[in-house]
Amino acid sequence: MTQLATGADSYAAQFAAFAQASALPDPFASLREDAFGCFDRLGFPTTRLEEWRFTNVAPIAATRFVTAPAPADYSRAALDALHLPRLGGPELVFVNGAFVPRLSDVEGLPAGVRARSLAEVLADDPQTVVPCLGRLARIENHAFTALNTAFLRDGAVIEVPAGVVVGVPVHILFVTTGAEAPVLSQPRVLVLAGEHSQVRVVESHTGDGDCRYLSNAVTEISVADHAVVDHYALVRESGAAFRMGRLHATLGRASNFSSHTITLSGAIVRNETSVKLGGEGGECTLNGLYLTNERQLVDNQTIIDHAQPHCNSHELYKGILAGRSRAVFNGKIIVRLDAQKTDAKQSNKALLLSEDAQITTKPQLEIFADDVKCTHGATIGQLDADSLFYLRSRGLSKAQSRQILIHAFAADLLGCIKVDVIRSQLDALLLERLPVVA
Amino acid sequence: MLDIRDLRASAGGRQILNGINLTVNAGEVHAIMGPNGSGKSTLAGVLAGRDGLEVTGGSATFKGQDLLDLEPEERAREGLFLAFQYPVEIPGVNNAYLLKAALNEVRKHRGQPELDAMDFMTLIRERMKLLRMDDSLLHRPVNEGFSGGEKKRNEIFQLAVLEPSLAILDETDSGLDIDALQIVAAGVNSLRNAERSMVVVTHYQRLLNYIVPDFVHVLSDGRIVKSGGKELALELEDKGYGWIEAEPAAAR
Repeated sequence: MTQLATGADSYAAQFAAFAQASALPDPFASLREDAFGCFDRLGFPTTRLEEWRFTNVAPIAATRFVTAPAPADYSRAALDALHLPRLGGPELVFVNGAFVPRLSDVEGLPAGVRARSLAEVLADDPQTVVPCLGRLARIENHAFTALNTAFLRDGAVIEVPAGVVVGVPVHILFVTTGAEAPVLSQPRVLVLAGEHSQVRVVESHTGDGDCRYLSNAVTEISVADHAVVDHYALVRESGAAFRMGRLHATLGRASNFSSHTITLSGAIVRNETSVKLGGEGGECTLNGLYLTNERQLVDNQTIIDHAQPHCNSHELYKGILAGRSRAVFNGKIIVRLDAQKTDAKQSNKALLLSEDAQITTKPQLEIFADDVKCTHGATIGQLDADSLFYLRSRGLSKAQSRQILIHAFAADLLGCIKVDVIRSQLDALLLERLPVVA
Repeated sequence: MLDIRDLRASAGGRQILNGINLTVNAGEVHAIMGPNGSGKSTLAGVLAGRDGLEVTGGSATFKGQDLLDLEPEERAREGLFLAFQYPVEIPGVNNAYLLKAALNEVRKHRGQPELDAMDFMTLIRERMKLLRMDDSLLHRPVNEGFSGGEKKRNEIFQLAVLEPSLAILDETDSGLDIDALQIVAAGVNSLRNAERSMVVVTHYQRLLNYIVPDFVHVLSDGRIVKSGGKELALELEDKGYGWIEAEPAAAR
């Protein structure tokens, strides 16, 4: 405990200096104060908390992470070297959590659609974000959300007015860099999709080489009535990095939200996705795919809150685990008393490629309504020996056959990815580059 | 082509093949018949290199090479093809993708250039006609949701595309209605030629009405107990397997 308390304490001085250096108008100044208060009170979670039983963040608590400005000379070449997908639409680039206008391009958006940095919004018209910022991602019970909110300064704000369809995906890139002290990068995203609007938002989270850093990300998405929002999170953190990410979405009547969380690298990665179906007839899809190797830990936590009747949710998470890696899946579905005619499906599948890989999986259904359909299932398996022999008997090498079957395992999830560039990158990655364990 | 000498094999510690001797020359079609449990599918599996079957003695030579020393994929690239009794469903793997990958592996091994997408499709379309296969099967996952007949047709279709020098058909007739059986048999017959050999494993004589073998062998208790021409199959159909198993060893 002493050690953990030290971890939280080390941020007090940073916070004091930060609050002084970057003044904000209320309500955000007090939000930050409150957030730091919460973080200070909560401290980093320990494995004694049920939601953190299998994910030990002691290495994060024990490291003194420091906020760092974006290096002034961070170049386009450095960014390109990270091989992030180019989606052909607007790009907002953040380095160490700060917006870098000279690497970004927000041209070509339909009239009325705005993609801006949070710093700009807070300076120019903070009222825009008052109803949502810090409202969906609550600080009271989550140390990492509190920590992110305490250092609130920059981020991405995407606003889509009612009735507007954004045809190209909006790409938000978060890069962490810095070789000296471990960097604390705190990405923040707010998406406001107006009634009957449509938008696809892609977040790429990555870092330099073997940089040790903490990327502590919060995304809040408000999906108004009849709006359609597709969200992609591509997690490709450095092999020594930690990621703690939260996504909170709230859905209006007859709206449609999908989330695709794809984790390819990072030492400890935790993705929390929380969706509230807050209007009748809403529909949400939560998909997740993760590839782990060596001693990685990937933890996916999802909460779907069916608060209104006639809503559907489909959830499919798949993991491919190699080496001595571990994964956690915890999927909670709440069906409130009023949420009659709910149709909720949850499925979670893991493919273990080595004897030493491990998955812990826990579905949780809390159903208070009586006329609902809720199913959940979890499977854990290895590559099928008969399929492997079948492919080899057709002339394909053992390695190639394994690769094809691994790709096939993920095929249904890949098929759900509507951004072609992302899908074909993942196709190639799964077919060619996944380390094959004999 | 194929020379099997005193081949013995076990599965899960149980001895199944007890000394098989068989020589298949180029262009010949051999039928292997026998009751359930006689070792027919084990023989096919051992030749293709299936996991879990242990060769405990003897040899098998394919085109002058020690067959048993090769990995399954090496056997395939050398020109051995097994049409599975139970073709495996592989969700997520597109039928055309598998065929193209397999064909290009075989071609690479033969020193031929890989086929581009256009040439590949031309070849595929032509061979599909042979098996009267529906185009849609190409773009579906391998065998997934195929009927029994479609699966068997798909096996012979792969055979037609890969053009092996030795094809082993493991109970390709099982589960086929008469129309499907005729289509499959016609496909197989069209692939017969002076260089290509076939080993047709079957429980029933019915298939051999359509794929007429040059030789028929009867397998019992892991041994070939009787060999003859195509008329042997008719005799078996007539009398069942009992009379052969009852014959004293000296009479065989």
